[in-house]
Amino acid sequence: MKLIIAIIRVEKLEAVQQALADSDVYLMTVSDVRGCGRQRGFTEVYRAQQHVVRLLPKLKLEIAVNDAFVEPAIEAIVRAARTGETGATGDGKIFVLPMDDCIQIRTGETGNVAIGP
Amino acid sequence: MIRKRWIGSLAALGVVVGISAGSASAADACSAPKLDTGDTAWMLTSTALVLMMTVPGLALFYGGLVRSKNVLSTLMHSFFCAGLISVTWVLFGYSLAFGPDKGGGLIGSLQFAGLKGILGTANPLAPTIPAMLFVAYQATFAIITPALISGTFAERMRFPAFALFMLLWSTLIYTPLCHWVWGGGWIATRVGALDFAGGTVVHISSGISALVTALYLGKRFGHGHEPMPPHNLPFTVIGASLLWVGWFGFNAGSALGSNELASTAFVNTNTAAAAAGLGWLFAEWRRAGRPTLLGAASGAVAGLVGITPAAGFVTPLAAIIIGVIAGVVCYWACSLVKPRFGYDDALDVVGVHMVGGTIGALLTGVFATAAVNAAIPALTVTNLTGGLLYGHPALLGKQLVAVVATYVFCGLGTLVLLVTVNAVCKLRASQEEEIVGMDLSQHSERAYELGLGESLAFLRVREPRSASVPPVLGGRFTVAMENVEPAKISDHWRNLCQDHGVPPTPEFKLVYSQFAVLRGARFRFRGGDREEIRRSLERLFKNASPMARAVIENEDAAYEVQAWGPERSTLLPA
Repeated sequence: MKLIIAIIRVEKLEAVQQALADSDVYLMTVSDVRGCGRQRGFTEVYRAQQHVVRLLPKLKLEIAVNDAFVEPAIEAIVRAARTGETGATGDGKIFVLPMDDCIQIRTGETGNVAIGP
Repeated sequence: MIRKRWIGSLAALGVVVGISAGSASAADACSAPKLDTGDTAWMLTSTALVLMMTVPGLALFYGGLVRSKNVLSTLMHSFFCAGLISVTWVLFGYSLAFGPDKGGGLIGSLQFAGLKGILGTANPLAPTIPAMLFVAYQATFAIITPALISGTFAERMRFPAFALFMLLWSTLIYTPLCHWVWGGGWIATRVGALDFAGGTVVHISSGISALVTALYLGKRFGHGHEPMPPHNLPFTVIGASLLWVGWFGFNAGSALGSNELASTAFVNTNTAAAAAGLGWLFAEWRRAGRPTLLGAASGAVAGLVGITPAAGFVTPLAAIIIGVIAGVVCYWACSLVKPRFGYDDALDVVGVHMVGGTIGALLTGVFATAAVNAAIPALTVTNLTGGLLYGHPALLGKQLVAVVATYVFCGLGTLVLLVTVNAVCKLRASQEEEIVGMDLSQHSERAYELGLGESLAFLRVREPRSASVPPVLGGRFTVAMENVEPAKISDHWRNLCQDHGVPPTPEFKLVYSQFAVLRGARFRFRGGDREEIRRSLERLFKNASPMARAVIENEDAAYEVQAWGPERSTLLPA
């Protein structure tokens, strides 16, 4: 069992979700996050007051998968979250973490069966 | 015929002059009003338009400019003013402003308190409409003026103090000032300054009070070091647009009749708003490098403020000049002067209303002409037929007196009120309240429940499957690089993935389109023509290492176990 954490561009959510669904990965938790990486921020101007925005809005996907789905899930995310033909700075990152256990609250099932599709 | 009615209406405006202080009661002067249905219809419409300026116009204009944690409290400022002053205006506000003069032009009496004796009469200022309608029309002005001030103390004033301050300000500052300028008080009858629709009464008064309030309250927590960008500019632009449209009721309605003067004021209002919007936009474009929508919207409002005192006294060409000057100067005031002095006028009430109102009041003394409004000689007391441009610098002097009087009275009056209110109930929110936001700390409400919501709903769901059997997808395979130093592989590949400003090579495109991950010397692909991808990858690496060789590894199952089994986890980046 692994926990996949993916940081992606906000506008890529639908594409990534569809790609994951095509690989039979449906369950995920999505949250609004802000972060800074190598992608530079941008400057906003309001009534001549400049604000440099360094923390950019991103989405965080948390996906728990069984080992066999790790690679399909990663493939789906990288395929859908890349920008254009060559990718671009700021497309995001994927973290794969080992996961000790998983418990379905409703049924009390644990382990591989509890992860669900 | 039309001309006759127009002149009649102008003469009515001039009646102000005819009433010497305290000699004739307003009720006596108009015991037999001759109502005009056209005038009444237009003034009913104007009244609704001006109320629309406050709610929702000003509320949205200000609401969009604050941070999301303060939007409700900011909307509340305008909404509360509409509620509070609608009531106090009926009870005593109208009477204090427009009742028979007391104290030599300083304040009205309480004769009309509770609107007693209003039915069946007309105010001499507007003899062709019911006095009851004049009450309603003036109420909308009384509402918007204190609401304008609220922009300066947005995001940091406690609500109880705000409510008390508004009650006192509208009663003790607005009504006397309104009386001085429109209700037969000293500025109208002794000085003879021109103020068509409220440049001094509404805009300078709220602007200078805003400046005093900003200085007295101090800066918002974090002002100057943390950004405080507007949270919803579409709100602001909708609000500015509603203000623009509502201002036709404000200015054209101030003709107090349905006539040519109203039409002139209408054209002037629209022209000045447009010119000022352009003025601000180009000034900003030139100085900051970008034209912004907020700039255009702010400029339009500045132009509307600027033309307010002049709308019924100047030609449309003068309106363009007034608009451009108001737009450009207000931009400087907000972008250069405010940061220089460092006061925290949160939503630029000073820069737009005080500066714009002052520009408008003074330029009225330059551009006013009796050719546009035949009542000017009577209104100026000393029979001037125009402003500086028409050879009468004296009018500019009168305008200056009215402006200075407003500055002094409203500035000092506001300071006294602030000190008084602060003694009774604390004005400034605590630092914790400010950090949480006024919405939660003052009203226990939140404007937005942030979340992704519905965007997650669209999913192509398939048949349920077991969680442990993966789908069989494409021809997944691995290509291993040989004869290249492991450290070089990653370096070279990263370099290939950089944007070099030229279109990528066909080889790279082919490889990249199927590429999933790179682990050590192994490139993992999700599908595609294996041999073609292998050859392209090899060619891509020839630059880095002439001996580079790419080899297809076909053992899918073995790779997966290796890649994700515990024994390989050490290969994952730390």
